[in-house]
Amino acid sequence: MVTSADLYSVLPELILAVLAMALLMYGVFRGDKTVNTVSWLAVGALVLTAIIISASPDTEQSAFRGQLIVDQFATYMKWLVLIGSALAIIMSMNYNEREGIQRFEFPVLILFASLGMLLMVSANDLMSLYVGLELQSLSLYVIAAFRRDSTKSSEAGLKYFVLGALSSGMLLYGASMIYGFAGTTQFDQLATLFTGPNADPGVGVIVGLVFLMAGLAFKVSAVPFHMWTPDVYEGAPTPVTALFAVAPKIAAIALLVRTMVGPFGELFEQWQQIIIFISIASMLLGALAAIWQTNIKRLMAYSSIGHIGYALVGLAAGSEEGIRGIGVYMAIYLVMNIGTFCCILSMRRQGMMVEGISDLAGLARNQPMMAAAMAIFMFSMAGIPPLAGFFGKLYVFMAAVNEGLYVLAIIGVLTSVIGAFYYLRIIKIMYFDEPAEAFDKMAGREVGTIMGVSGLFTLLFFVFPTPIVSAASKAAAVLFSAG
Amino acid sequence: MIDFPILTLTTFLPLIGALAILLIRGDEQIVARNARAAALWTSLVTFIVSIFLWVGFDNSTADFQFVEKVSWIPSIGLSYHMGVDGISVFFVILATFLTPICILASWESIQHRVKEYMIAFLVLETLMVGMFCALDFILFYIFFEAVLIPMFLIIGIWGGGRRVYAAFKFFLFTLTGSVLMLIAILVIYFEAETTDIPTLLKTMLDPRTQLWLWLAFFASFAVKVPMWPFHTWLPDAHVEAPTAGSVILAGVLLKMGAYGFLRFSVPMMPYATDFFTPLIFTLSVIAIIYTSLVALAQEDMKKLIAYSSVAHMGFVTLGIFTLTFQGVQGAIFQMISHGIVSGALFLCVGVIYDRIHTREISRYGGLVERMPKYAVVFMVFMLASVGLPGTSGFVGEFLILVGVFQVNTWVAALATTGIILGAAYMLYLYRRVIFGKLEKEDLKSILDLKPREIAIFVPLIIVTLWMGIWPAPFLEVMDASVANLIEQHKTAMSALQSDGFAVK
Repeated sequence: MVTSADLYSVLPELILAVLAMALLMYGVFRGDKTVNTVSWLAVGALVLTAIIISASPDTEQSAFRGQLIVDQFATYMKWLVLIGSALAIIMSMNYNEREGIQRFEFPVLILFASLGMLLMVSANDLMSLYVGLELQSLSLYVIAAFRRDSTKSSEAGLKYFVLGALSSGMLLYGASMIYGFAGTTQFDQLATLFTGPNADPGVGVIVGLVFLMAGLAFKVSAVPFHMWTPDVYEGAPTPVTALFAVAPKIAAIALLVRTMVGPFGELFEQWQQIIIFISIASMLLGALAAIWQTNIKRLMAYSSIGHIGYALVGLAAGSEEGIRGIGVYMAIYLVMNIGTFCCILSMRRQGMMVEGISDLAGLARNQPMMAAAMAIFMFSMAGIPPLAGFFGKLYVFMAAVNEGLYVLAIIGVLTSVIGAFYYLRIIKIMYFDEPAEAFDKMAGREVGTIMGVSGLFTLLFFVFPTPIVSAASKAAAVLFSAG
Repeated sequence: MIDFPILTLTTFLPLIGALAILLIRGDEQIVARNARAAALWTSLVTFIVSIFLWVGFDNSTADFQFVEKVSWIPSIGLSYHMGVDGISVFFVILATFLTPICILASWESIQHRVKEYMIAFLVLETLMVGMFCALDFILFYIFFEAVLIPMFLIIGIWGGGRRVYAAFKFFLFTLTGSVLMLIAILVIYFEAETTDIPTLLKTMLDPRTQLWLWLAFFASFAVKVPMWPFHTWLPDAHVEAPTAGSVILAGVLLKMGAYGFLRFSVPMMPYATDFFTPLIFTLSVIAIIYTSLVALAQEDMKKLIAYSSVAHMGFVTLGIFTLTFQGVQGAIFQMISHGIVSGALFLCVGVIYDRIHTREISRYGGLVERMPKYAVVFMVFMLASVGLPGTSGFVGEFLILVGVFQVNTWVAALATTGIILGAAYMLYLYRRVIFGKLEKEDLKSILDLKPREIAIFVPLIIVTLWMGIWPAPFLEVMDASVANLIEQHKTAMSALQSDGFAVK
């Protein structure tokens, strides 16, 4: 029986779904001439959704018999996802126009993907988890291959689809094993099953959990399920890569956190070792493999693998502080990546996109502001204080140290030194090398504005970090208060 | 005067100047001229403001003065907490004193990207001053590590031929050490539940944990000082950095490591300090003797002075870990002295480098005939570096050796040989560059010091001689804080002894 309370809790998602379909119809009837209108309307839809989300009460609500849950953790993560998607749409407008791939389906698909992400963040049942994940993934497969006449883009889409389908398969297999051995897919019921003195999860559930984690690790592109990331990042159109780097990652991390801490919170000892392993492996691979990259989008792929490794340090701690760290980390990660991709989008020479790291040579001479912004993002990603990236790392390592995970923390900081090497290399190319031919003038104000704002945020985060930190604290607290 | 936020002003005034320079627009020549002037005035005003720290300093107490405290990130208890005591106040003034000199020294030698250069120097000044004033561990760490950013750019953009290699080596070496310190800071945070430095100075950490924490701090500070065998980044960085970069590097950045030992390792981890003192002694003695010998063999002037820095900093670490009143006081004094003298020596190299564009010692000779003023200036600093009585170098080294003799005669004897070697390589350098026959063609038309260069050297000479002849005003300021440091260490050690820990 669907009650009005159920519908009220999912109001933001409902509105987003309705608006996305309305925009689809609008686009179909008006044709490709209206792309810009549709894009701005799509951004408006995301903003409206974000406003409704923040207007909803702070108390925890569950809807559809516990299928979905709305709490502060969900609100926080949804905000990040919506910001990421909206910025990606804005960044894509100018690019798509220049590359001749201006289609109204593009923003609409991002809306559907965002809807899927919102559902993922709110999922409180293995079924709704899967539905959200697939809605997101299917939309993303299409936009990865959005540049139909480019083999690279098609390859990216296909690769993403095939490997994504494999991971979905693993996830489903894990979910069915959990259902088979536990008799339920609902998170609260699963949690009660594993609590108490006589609770014995049994080996079947553990195996199912491992498969589930493998599927989710694929979505966050954690090692050893990262293989698709560099190819998809490189092949997909740049604004799509920007989207891939932020929104789906944040949604998947939120999902992973909720699944691990919520229903399987009592199995902490079992999954902690897996998380520690993938965290260390991601940090190491992210740091080492990026050193030899010459394409900046591939480099960003490895960089994001490394960043996910750092965020997972917070999950490995498994404490409220750790989850707070993830919250802070993802917010900062979002801003740094959006900013960096704005810079990459501006790398255009005689009307053609260039993606080689060496193309940045001497940028500090030709475009000092852009070089300064890029330098800020790079130092920040390397985790050098006082830039924002340092605080992200500080919070997760703080949690790890508090839980006594010294080895993990030490490996983490040492890989960040290795990582610093390739971030510094970009700064070296921009600042120390002789100038190459200048880039074209930045077209449109949007990209430049986003770059500037994210640069300032990254630079000045230390002045007043409290709003984000306390929002993340609240988000983390709610996951632990119930259990 | 007490309520006036003088430390915040000293710290952030250069940053305001940097912002102002950032806004300068127009023709490249005009921008360069305005940027130079703005940077010089900003740094001079900052220096004058910082003088009030010394004037208003209360010598009778070991407490932190000019304290400012504002809550910053309440959820983890961080605060913006600033203050200086007798140990740190001179480092603040040293930083503000050397910055205008550096800017003046770069007046003509830096011709491209002047605006960015000046911004980098002012930002660097903010970070250096902030680091010596910070009384919150995380705040300290932020300043400590942020210094890498402007220094990396200064070496990398305005440096010499192998600047990229040197900049990377500098950055990655120091970063590796500091991240381990960050972990240690976090451990301390959870042990003591605060990052407030004055509170932590009174907290007793578990002796067994202390050993690990001490090693983590050691990793960071030993690279920064730098102690043998972690010093290999220094000669590269010094040689490739522009003159002013070398001055700041030798003058202030090296002090950050030794300051760290004094501020954190010694008072917060007394047991570990005691435990690891033989290690420090060994490394310091090796540094003094080995790097002095290496310095003797150098062909490059900057490299020679870089190695001499390692040797002199060996004296400093030796002095700190004697944990005697004279030793510690001598170490602080030696740091200030070395900051000025080695900075001045790099400037001396810069003077002839600007003219002939080489640092090779064998390319020079007989300069005294064409450059008598320069010969005098160079001689003063060369003798101060050797430690001639009457110069600042003597007081510091003497006090340190007095301290070391009380603790370990063998170490003192070995360290003293370092002084002899120091005299050897400095005099040898001086003879080869200044004396001899003036044979090289391009040297025959070399010009003596210009008024701008004299303006740079005069204050440095005054301070060097003042510190050598009448060191009391400097030492008085340190007295209370150093005595307190030693006293606290003794109390902590006797408390440990009564708890049954093996203490020497």
